Amino acid sequence: MAELLLEISGIHKRFGGLHALNDVALSINKGEIYGLIGPNGAGKTTLFNVLTGLYQPDEGSFRFNGIDLFRKKPNVVVESGIARTFQNIRLFHNMTALENVMVGRHSRSKASVLGAILRDPKTRREEDAIKVRATELLAYVGISKHAGETAKNLSYGDQRRLEIARALATDPTLLALDEPAAGMNPKETEDLKRLMEKIRNDGVTILLIEHDVKLMMGLCDRIAVLDYGKKIAEGIPEEVKNNPRVIEAYLGASPD
Amino acid sequence: MDVLIQQLLNGLVVGSIYALIALGYTMVYGILQIINFAHGEIVMMGAMVTISAINVLNASGVHLPGPLMVIAGLLISMPVTMLIGFLIERIAYRPLRKAPRLAPLITAIGISILLQQIAVLIWKNNPRSFPNVLSQEPHNFLGASITDLQIAIVILALLIMGGLLFMVEKTKLGRAMRAVSMNQAVAGLMGVNINYVISMTFVIGSGLGAVAGVMVGANYGLAYPTMGFMIGLKAFTAAVLGGIGNLAGAVAGGILLGIIENVGAGYLGPLTGGVLGSQYQDIFAFLVLILVLVLRPSGLLGERVAERA
Amino acid sequence: MEQLLQNPNFQRARNLGLALILALLPFIIQHGFGSHGNTWLRNLDFAMLYIMLALGLNIVVGYAGLLDLGYIAFYAVGAYTYGLMNSPHLAHMLAGTSFEWVSHAPLWFVLPLCALMAGCFGMILGAPTLKLRGDYLAIVTLGFGEIIRLFLNNLDRPINITNGPQGINLIEPVSILGHKFSESLTIFGIEFEKIHLYYYLFLGLSLLIILVTTRLQMSRIGRAWVAIREDEIAAQAMGINTRNVKLLAFAMGASFGGVSGAMFASFQGFVSPESFILMESIVVLSMVVLGGMGNIPGVILGAIILFLTPEVLRDVVNPLQDKLIDAHIIADKIVNPENLRMLLFALALIFVMLVRPEGLWPSKVRRAEFHEAEEEKAETETEQKEAANG
Repeated sequence: MAELLLEISGIHKRFGGLHALNDVALSINKGEIYGLIGPNGAGKTTLFNVLTGLYQPDEGSFRFNGIDLFRKKPNVVVESGIARTFQNIRLFHNMTALENVMVGRHSRSKASVLGAILRDPKTRREEDAIKVRATELLAYVGISKHAGETAKNLSYGDQRRLEIARALATDPTLLALDEPAAGMNPKETEDLKRLMEKIRNDGVTILLIEHDVKLMMGLCDRIAVLDYGKKIAEGIPEEVKNNPRVIEAYLGASPD
Repeated sequence: MDVLIQQLLNGLVVGSIYALIALGYTMVYGILQIINFAHGEIVMMGAMVTISAINVLNASGVHLPGPLMVIAGLLISMPVTMLIGFLIERIAYRPLRKAPRLAPLITAIGISILLQQIAVLIWKNNPRSFPNVLSQEPHNFLGASITDLQIAIVILALLIMGGLLFMVEKTKLGRAMRAVSMNQAVAGLMGVNINYVISMTFVIGSGLGAVAGVMVGANYGLAYPTMGFMIGLKAFTAAVLGGIGNLAGAVAGGILLGIIENVGAGYLGPLTGGVLGSQYQDIFAFLVLILVLVLRPSGLLGERVAERA
Repeated sequence: MEQLLQNPNFQRARNLGLALILALLPFIIQHGFGSHGNTWLRNLDFAMLYIMLALGLNIVVGYAGLLDLGYIAFYAVGAYTYGLMNSPHLAHMLAGTSFEWVSHAPLWFVLPLCALMAGCFGMILGAPTLKLRGDYLAIVTLGFGEIIRLFLNNLDRPINITNGPQGINLIEPVSILGHKFSESLTIFGIEFEKIHLYYYLFLGLSLLIILVTTRLQMSRIGRAWVAIREDEIAAQAMGINTRNVKLLAFAMGASFGGVSGAMFASFQGFVSPESFILMESIVVLSMVVLGGMGNIPGVILGAIILFLTPEVLRDVVNPLQDKLIDAHIIADKIVNPENLRMLLFALALIFVMLVRPEGLWPSKVRRAEFHEAEEEKAETETEQKEAANG
């Protein structure tokens, strides 16, 4: 029985004269891998930004796990359990891989200023726990050996993994990935697919933007299609693939 | 009511000067997205060099009628300020074009102090009186008084601003400036000589600054090496108020700020029951600046720009 | 060499040596400079005040990456708060009222109060403005600093709070454990005068500030500061409440400024708006920028260099000009040491930004941040070369 995790309806977002999101509605169930596709400029990243609090929608409703997240700040969204990665990798480039992931633990730790200054046992225990968890996550995504390296020196594929590890550090219920496979070769894409399945099997729901149609078809439980800010289709991959409106929107993008 | 009209007129005069200086800030900001902190000192240099030039001319026996003396002075001070502006861009800003944005700001502060101290070295820290340019005899206008000089300032400022707006809209250089301010990389690809355009922006702004400096000196009757900071800050506030990067905004902001300052100072005493007097006049500029940046950063005429994630 | 530096025995010896030098420094200076000894000892004390200021500003500029051009306002708040609570000015007004105790409050009450006051002003300034972009924030903080100075200069009517341009004088020196610092203290036959006692007090406070800032830097808050500097949007997306974290940096920096201000007031004995002009904010900024943003030893180095050099120049330039006047080479003094001082700061700022923007002794992360642009440029150049050759 599918349990509803995230539900948005009537979402509008305008930038001056540009109506970037037009009456968008979708729902994501717990344990799904939910895909979001559409031509460039359709509004996918804009929707992402709305769902993660970076943009404030003009109208609509947004409920997540029983919490109202409409127009809430990014840190509230993260605390409620949504984490994300970025289309063009926004790591903290001059920090090490381990430090990047440790930053991800920020919202799940409680040490106050006083605690930081006094370094009482409770604070020190928390610091150690942060480090341990960060190390675990690096291993989870497969980049343990790069723990002490500066983030900008990692290979492209490893940087993407690091970003995922950092997002996982926030203990999310929903992980939103913005084109995680961009620029990857087929082997790397396959590894990424397995990682995402592992994450889902470990209890994290995944929302995914991707252009690699084959990847999406093989990975996602359900897919929504955006075009010019509107949702034009939603359903299981087979249905979406054969939807005439979707085909028309992509103008001949042939699924291999 | 008489007080109000007088303050409005005073505000218009001072505001026109602010507007002229604000144009310098806004042009540089439009093109490079940096605050040319040193612009206030350029204005000061314009005033000081003009005074010195006029004194030298007088000492060597050349006596011309007021306005011509000033023009003669400007013929010397404008090239000086233009050169300084050019050098500042070349030496301090150009190498930092790719640096984090705080770097040129810190450098600008350093240059501002440098220019100020050089001026103190040359002219000592004493105020120099500005020679009489035009008759200071007040005319009566709607119950308030305004002098020939003040009228001349307003008219000249408006003419210059009009000329600048014309240049930016209709000439090749102006088009190039607008292109560079919108998208530097693409403008370069379209064949615009970016370095030349940027240099010219500084040169023109500095030239205007010299004229503004003369106006300040003439309006207040004196000039001194440390006058650049306050007037620069106020003009920058005006530019922000009108919408930084927007030329018409600089004009509007300048005049508006001048009026706010003067009307405000005039009524501040009575309004606060004597607690705050007109000695707090300078505060208006700062308050306007903070309020605008916090409440409506794009200013009156600016565009609202959201940062894309 | 690396091995030597890591060797725990070496480190112990180094720390001991450092502690010894710091403990004996006032006497070394006093006797090492002969007749100028006391002057230079006073200079040392003032230098320590600047070190404390630079350490405080380092949190704001160096850690959180926020350019504050009005930092001296917090120094002023601390100084005036202390001054008002420890001088006749307010005491006259409060005598006989139920607030009489305010003028006789002990140091352990007054000092935290000054820190708190300054911290509050920091929050008042920061709350609406920290969301602004770097250069706008700089200008706004500059404006704030000037507003504070304007009020200090003019709040003598209708009620005389700050005593206007004349400032507040007859401020009492600090009193610890019953001993007033204006009197000498003799321990084991060694006489500690006021200038010695204040040195140790400032040293203690500096060490405290260093301890607090180092611990903060190593904590999750310190990591959050770096994250915000690197990419504020990504930091927000990772759940950091960037506004609060920035506000924290601002308020902490402000409160340290307040502590320094209180010490300044008690040491100098009087405060006036003249001491809190914009130039002083820039002085402290220069120290942080030149020394090395975000690196405590660097910042201390910057403070020492930029404080001492003008003092040394002053001792050189004035006699030199006198000699030139005597030799009829020049008619009158050309250069005022005060102007030379400002010139020096201006050149320091310009030079550092153009040649070595990360400062003399930066932290590794900062150096990397400043050279990112250069690295990218170098990378594209090599790529272009390879493309052209291949």
